[in-house]
Amino acid sequence: MNKQTLWRLLVIAAVVLICVISATPLNEKIHLGLDLQGGMHLIYEVDADKAVISSLDNLTEDLKKFLKNKKIGVSLISREAENIVVRLNGAVAQKAMDAIDDDYPILELTSQDLSRGEITYAYTPDHRSTIYKNAISQALETLRNRIDQFGVSEPTIQKEGENRILIQLPGIKDRKRAINLIGKTARLEFRMLDEDSDPSAAIRKGAPPGAQLLYEKQFDPVTKKVTGKIPYLVKKKVELTGGMLSNAEVRISQMNMPYVSIDFNKEGSRIFARLTTENVGKRMAIVLDDSVYSAPVIRERITGGSAMIEGSFSHEEARDLAIVLRAGSLPAPLIKLEERSVGPSLGHDSIKRGINSIIIGGIVVLVFMLVYYRLGGVIADIALGLNIVILAGALAYFGATLTLPGIAGIILTIGMAVDANVLVFERIREEIRNGKTIRSAVDSGFGKAFLTIIDANVTTLIAALVLFQFGTGPVKGFAITLTIGIVASLFTAIFVSRTLFSWYLGGRRVTELNI
Amino acid sequence: MRIIAKDTGINFLGQRRVCAMISAALIMISVASLILHGGPNYGIDFRGGALIQLKFIKAAPLSEVRKIISRLKIGDFSIQEFGAPEEFLVRVQQAPSGKDEDTQAQRVEAALSEVYGKNFIVERVEMVGPKVGADLREKAFLALFYSLVGILIYITLRFELRFGVAAIVALGHDTMITVGAFSLMDKEFTLTVIAALLTVIGYSLNDTIVIFDRIRENLRLKRGQQLEVILNTSINQTLSRTILTSGTTLVVVLSIFVLGGEVIHDFAFALLVGIVIGTYSSIFVASPIILLWSDWSKRKIAPKAPSSKKSSKKKSKI
Repeated sequence: MNKQTLWRLLVIAAVVLICVISATPLNEKIHLGLDLQGGMHLIYEVDADKAVISSLDNLTEDLKKFLKNKKIGVSLISREAENIVVRLNGAVAQKAMDAIDDDYPILELTSQDLSRGEITYAYTPDHRSTIYKNAISQALETLRNRIDQFGVSEPTIQKEGENRILIQLPGIKDRKRAINLIGKTARLEFRMLDEDSDPSAAIRKGAPPGAQLLYEKQFDPVTKKVTGKIPYLVKKKVELTGGMLSNAEVRISQMNMPYVSIDFNKEGSRIFARLTTENVGKRMAIVLDDSVYSAPVIRERITGGSAMIEGSFSHEEARDLAIVLRAGSLPAPLIKLEERSVGPSLGHDSIKRGINSIIIGGIVVLVFMLVYYRLGGVIADIALGLNIVILAGALAYFGATLTLPGIAGIILTIGMAVDANVLVFERIREEIRNGKTIRSAVDSGFGKAFLTIIDANVTTLIAALVLFQFGTGPVKGFAITLTIGIVASLFTAIFVSRTLFSWYLGGRRVTELNI
Repeated sequence: MRIIAKDTGINFLGQRRVCAMISAALIMISVASLILHGGPNYGIDFRGGALIQLKFIKAAPLSEVRKIISRLKIGDFSIQEFGAPEEFLVRVQQAPSGKDEDTQAQRVEAALSEVYGKNFIVERVEMVGPKVGADLREKAFLALFYSLVGILIYITLRFELRFGVAAIVALGHDTMITVGAFSLMDKEFTLTVIAALLTVIGYSLNDTIVIFDRIRENLRLKRGQQLEVILNTSINQTLSRTILTSGTTLVVVLSIFVLGGEVIHDFAFALLVGIVIGTYSSIFVASPIILLWSDWSKRKIAPKAPSSKKSSKKKSKI
């Protein structure tokens, strides 16, 4: 055996070794896509404009107080779209504008009409984009917390584009629960009831200013079906929010019903104590995402800094509510843009069938090559086997994910790898037919087929790379296996087959080649 | 062993009129089918909507399941058996508000569990919102477009412009007919089908390039020979490889088609059609176009350069 062939064999052995090491044990090293192992793929959009609006709402309240303190009389302050409109006597307008300018650098004057006594403010573009971006990063953080506490192994939670969040939850079995957990805004508010007006009158005539009509759902205790809803007139002013929680836990009541017990932090406890002191005998509503959960009468001052949320919960629901309250509310609502959920049994079935089709298709090709090319077939089959080993090694090494279309990519790769060998062998046959010696026929066969193989594979590579760039999820998986497969088949057809031929031809005088 | 005779002397180019007619007919059928179906039958990936795959432990009659779902009034939906009699695929059209897909899936599940209890499982739910659908559609078209451009550039660099153009025409032909076959069979276009189309493009090109490569070689070796003869020789010389490769690839794709399971069935179907058409087009579409292009450019030059008159006259007789 000449030195060059020896070297080449060593290179091949090294490649195989590296691939085998990186890919064993196979079932741990190769990540299965969600379509194969079951799980959920979700894309949400953070409706961050809503965060800007709710921040403007708070600021409007703030401005009211501020102008009152400055003793500037105004007739109306309200938010309209993304503006804060202040109506006041034209004479004091300048004074108001100066005061706001001094104390609120985040606001800019967008219009003034002194004759009508109206000035309008909006956030500066910088501040608006800060709120917008914060809403997204906060949503991301909150979702991480929630999913973390829910207990999913190896979840993916990442930002995509400007305002989208991609979530992948492998192995999830109860998709309904997962969606409820993720999608809940979980805005917990403590607000006083407006007991001066009648809710049923408000249904007909609309809520009085400063109040809002909200409902409490009623459930059948056994079937858990919604049986009705009770209207409440709830004051718009939010006394206390879930932001001041220090903990939330599931407890079981004396009636054997689960409820969520919440503890406030220091500031929250203080506010809660003041609130309950000032409002003994009145009713307070516990509102979660615009639904009233309960509206108890405050019997006495509560200083312990804890409260309870009752509802017709199952134990799971109570547990999930505790999780979302602990993890914090979302700064803006989420809109579900895309979902792909695959149950574990379907995934399992897909793998089984995919692998079966690879094995059967592969065996047919292997046998065919052996019968058709004899010695060449042996070499091609070895190259094909190596191809699969390299593919597995590369998938493991790059941490790529194997998806169902990815399996199809592997099958296609088998076809491609065979093609490269067929090209070479047909060339060698041709050269032998043209009267060349075996050795030079093999040489020129490889030589002439080389460029063809490169050209033919590069074009497929272009298509695969474009797919990788544009595809998502499963399609990307396909592009990855196809790309790796093309590179591997270039290596096996050009380098491995060639080496095996020169090894075979090496020491002896060959007068006939069984190809 | 040998399947294809050593020296096939088939006059492929001589059949180009017949092939042009066949191709034109196939493309016309594809276009007609697309028009009759009102465009491609987009799956939820591109159209938005929801898809629910159900598996019953004890078989349930399709008509009964359909009745239960139709009582929900969740808008346009379709239901079909999926691979086995106890598995169903429910497709729900885009909800008008664009926000209700989830409740759609949930309501279907709830209504069925009222009747069947725990006798069924939801195996798969896919929901694509309208925004994402439009996004994905755009991305898919861009992907097809960019890969064609990339390929055109590569072939033009490695060969000549006429080869590049011929390859692209052949690819367009393959894509069109595969899309047509999908439309005829009333199959849905999904992301994976687009992936299959791109693979068909890559594969068909693979085939075309091998022939082009031989043409390039022969153009160098056999200077002065008629282009048509060179083209025919090249196709014949590579014929055995073309048939072997297509054959082995078809075998593996056929094994996915038959054994790969329902989820990947359409993907395999696209590959199957594409590989057959791709092999045909490499021989009967791409090469004749090179001839056509050369004739055309010669005719354009002919009045200015009388020396080439003779050869152009000869060509036009064929």
